[in-house]
Amino acid sequence: MIAEYCALALTLSGTAFLLLAGIGILRLPDLFSRASATTKAATLGVGCLLAATAIHFGDLQVTTRALAIVAFLLLTAPVSAHMLARAAYRQGVPLFPGTKDELAEADDQA
Amino acid sequence: MLVLNMLLALAWAAVTGELSVQSLGAGFVVGYFVLWLVTRSLGESRYFAKAWRILLFALHFSWELLVAALRVAVDVVTPRHLIKPAILAIPVETSSAAETTTLANAITLTPGTLAIDISEDGKTMYVHAMYAKDVDSARRAIQQGLGKRVHEVFA
Repeated sequence: MIAEYCALALTLSGTAFLLLAGIGILRLPDLFSRASATTKAATLGVGCLLAATAIHFGDLQVTTRALAIVAFLLLTAPVSAHMLARAAYRQGVPLFPGTKDELAEADDQA
Repeated sequence: MLVLNMLLALAWAAVTGELSVQSLGAGFVVGYFVLWLVTRSLGESRYFAKAWRILLFALHFSWELLVAALRVAVDVVTPRHLIKPAILAIPVETSSAAETTTLANAITLTPGTLAIDISEDGKTMYVHAMYAKDVDSARRAIQQGLGKRVHEVFA
């Protein structure tokens, strides 16, 4: 009974995070904000959904698989987000107006 | 030591005759205390303090993740943008490449911040932060929060 409600709450919050990530892509002003908002919201969303799956089925096979997926997601998602952001920055993708850029200052000095 | 602890967890599951998440978890906790009792007489081991710090780090990180996600979520659905982004130069005191990678990944995983680059000497990390109205306090928040926690885990 409690497990059912936990799974329900996790599913709802997971989908809510995914929805917010989608809206974030549309509404945030520049590539860097979009990247930082969406990869994380998506990771959290998928994490919640997988946790819900593990609780709902409650057996070892499903749980270990869910844990493995979350682990690999946590390992890979930030790396890809970082590479995308770094490539975009080096290509000169414009920042949101008014962004203080200490990396450019460091590059100027070098 | 971690391997021993896992073996004890497996042994516990085998003896109780039930291979499930609960029995493995219980076995791990019991094994942890057994190992702690046994090795206490053999001298110090860094495993026990380290296991604690990793657990604390995981809890702390999950909490940060949730708070930051909600903050970004609120900003995304409200009509006016609150963001004041900055690319911060953050001095990092990491002792190994693995630690730097973990820190960069943790920063990138937290909603609102994104590791963009690292200086040649590996001493300065450049982080894009969405909410950096006060550049210095945002820098300090990352240093004192995640930076310190990650350092504790690797220390």
